[in-house]
Amino acid sequence: MSDPAISLDRARASELGIVARFFKATELDTRLLGMIGALVIIWLAFQFLSGGQFLTPRNLWNLSVQTSSVAVMATGMVLIIVTRNIDLSVGSVLGFVGMIMGVTQAEFLPKLIGFEHPATWIIALGIGIVTGALIGGFQGFIIAFLGVPAFIVTLGGLLVWRGAAWWVTSGRTVAPMDSTFRLIGGGPEGSIGATWSWVVGIVACLAVVGMIINSRRQRKRFNFPRRPVWAEIFMAAISCLLVLGAVALANAYYWPIGIVRKYAEANNIIIPDGGLFISHGIAVPVLIAVATGIIMTFVTTRTRFGRYVFAMGGNPEAADLAGINTRWVTMKIFIIMGILCAIAGAISTARLNAATNAQGTLDELLTIAAAVIGGTSLAGGVGTIAGAMIGALLMQSLSSGMVLLGLDTPLQNIVVGLVLVVAVWLDTIYRRRTA
Amino acid sequence: MTNTQAPLIDMENISIAFGGIRAVDGASINLFPGEVVALLGHNGAGKSTLIKILSGAYKRDSGTIKVNGEEAAISNPRDAKAYGIETIYQTLALADNVDTAANLYLGRELMTPWGTLDDVAMEHSAREVMGRLNPRFQRFKDPVKALSGGQRQSVAIARAILFNARILIMDEPTAALGPQETAQVGELIKQLKSEGIGIFLISHDIHDVFHLADRVAVMKNGQVVGTAKVGDVNEDEVLGMIILGKCPPGAIPGPGAVN
Repeated sequence: MSDPAISLDRARASELGIVARFFKATELDTRLLGMIGALVIIWLAFQFLSGGQFLTPRNLWNLSVQTSSVAVMATGMVLIIVTRNIDLSVGSVLGFVGMIMGVTQAEFLPKLIGFEHPATWIIALGIGIVTGALIGGFQGFIIAFLGVPAFIVTLGGLLVWRGAAWWVTSGRTVAPMDSTFRLIGGGPEGSIGATWSWVVGIVACLAVVGMIINSRRQRKRFNFPRRPVWAEIFMAAISCLLVLGAVALANAYYWPIGIVRKYAEANNIIIPDGGLFISHGIAVPVLIAVATGIIMTFVTTRTRFGRYVFAMGGNPEAADLAGINTRWVTMKIFIIMGILCAIAGAISTARLNAATNAQGTLDELLTIAAAVIGGTSLAGGVGTIAGAMIGALLMQSLSSGMVLLGLDTPLQNIVVGLVLVVAVWLDTIYRRRTA
Repeated sequence: MTNTQAPLIDMENISIAFGGIRAVDGASINLFPGEVVALLGHNGAGKSTLIKILSGAYKRDSGTIKVNGEEAAISNPRDAKAYGIETIYQTLALADNVDTAANLYLGRELMTPWGTLDDVAMEHSAREVMGRLNPRFQRFKDPVKALSGGQRQSVAIARAILFNARILIMDEPTAALGPQETAQVGELIKQLKSEGIGIFLISHDIHDVFHLADRVAVMKNGQVVGTAKVGDVNEDEVLGMIILGKCPPGAIPGPGAVN
């Protein structure tokens, strides 16, 4: 320990209290913890008010599926808001791309390669993602290279793409979707079952431990101050516990009896006396959302592009002077947003088993609210992917909890609106105190 | 200082206009290795604009820039950095929301073999270079927004010298600093000069830079009033150049000089 930096860091640490020392050692994000705390309070309140109906495997499983679509888009909205832009068009883009994917698989592909062709889902999804990327790139080009404010471009996009979604089929709803494509939307079929859920959970745990060890090794390479071993073990244990707990929860939600009966008949299984219990496991849309979150977190924290996004958000002029091609970075952000809209569109189209031109209406506001509640600063430069996803979960918990309580829709909107404002107000206070 | 060797930087007849206002009008200026040239003038004289053309922040309307005698194509900050021209802006131009290491390497990040950011390696050299400039600096994890004015200044300076700059441009380097930090910057300039780096010092206050410079160049209304070796003129004469545009006998008059 000859490095003076380390001894100085140690000296500083000893001046702090026990709680502060705990947070410093674990490097936990107190803001994120606060959000999780708020989420837990909301869940407990609904659990109490609904007489124990909220915290059931069934409700939480449904909650996770309902959150997926907005959560996917919220990860991209973080990048957009961090660079001091806004995207009001995501709901309309979702609707338009959903329509394109619906028409592709229900009307276009069956004529070409036949109905229920095994490649239908991937072609439809691919066309959707390309369409999303093109729309995002087009809007991003106007914003970055022609200098029209993002607010205006995407406000235009809000109207244009909603109209375009109507135009594709003159307002007709397209159904049904390809049966493989439908798995993207969840449901008993669109879940991976108990065994695979455990596999995913265990792989996730191994990945967490591997990452902690790797980061420790990296810091050791240059003899930097490292987290105490107990803190590392604590973090690993908590993460694994959360992951495995979520898997156990998803596995505790069994297929509805009617579907089990149909499934048993189709596969010649005799239902035993006690009943046949088939676990849902993790739903495919949730897996997609989590994977999106992990990839986007990687992109924002470990790549050059992510670094530039945050640098630009903090000081666009400085980023320019540092030689960053800020226009191209801006355009790339909007391309990513378009792709995420397409993924979200696939999830909601598959879940509904239909493409309608009203799909995703007002989703732009939910997405922006999720990002902002999740700690993304509208002033730019600050925000995390994980925060935005928890923000999406929080918003969805509120609305689904209120549905469970049987509250009127207008009252639901009032509550969601108030929560948004109060959440941002609390965040402002928090920031002022920690700054 | 032998003027027989090719100048490090030779800017000739540079002009730029913003909406009809000729901010820089046919200005010529040069810089030799190991030389400190102070670029002086009132606010709005065009000195910052001229230097931003050299650093690639602005694109000139006409004129040529030569680096080591060869014509250089500089149309953005990346081009300038490729020629070893580093700039410390008056505003410091730091990305406020990222930490010191990220700022030092902004636009030139160190990467791992897998194409991801090598944050640990960047922090390592950040600790090294900051240790030289400001040994008590410890806040490597904080965004630079949270740092004091002097600390931010040392981050900006560290960024400029980290990549073996050959030409350093300092725009009002000591305007925001206390006396002790100003003295530190003076020491640094002497050290860099001895390493053969050419330095442009830009200031509107001659007292800040007169004792550090080898030569002064004075601008007024976008034109060069004149250039002079520091030994050939006194501070009052330079003040006369700045305020009145009057070129003293010891200076080489430019197009902006009044008779």
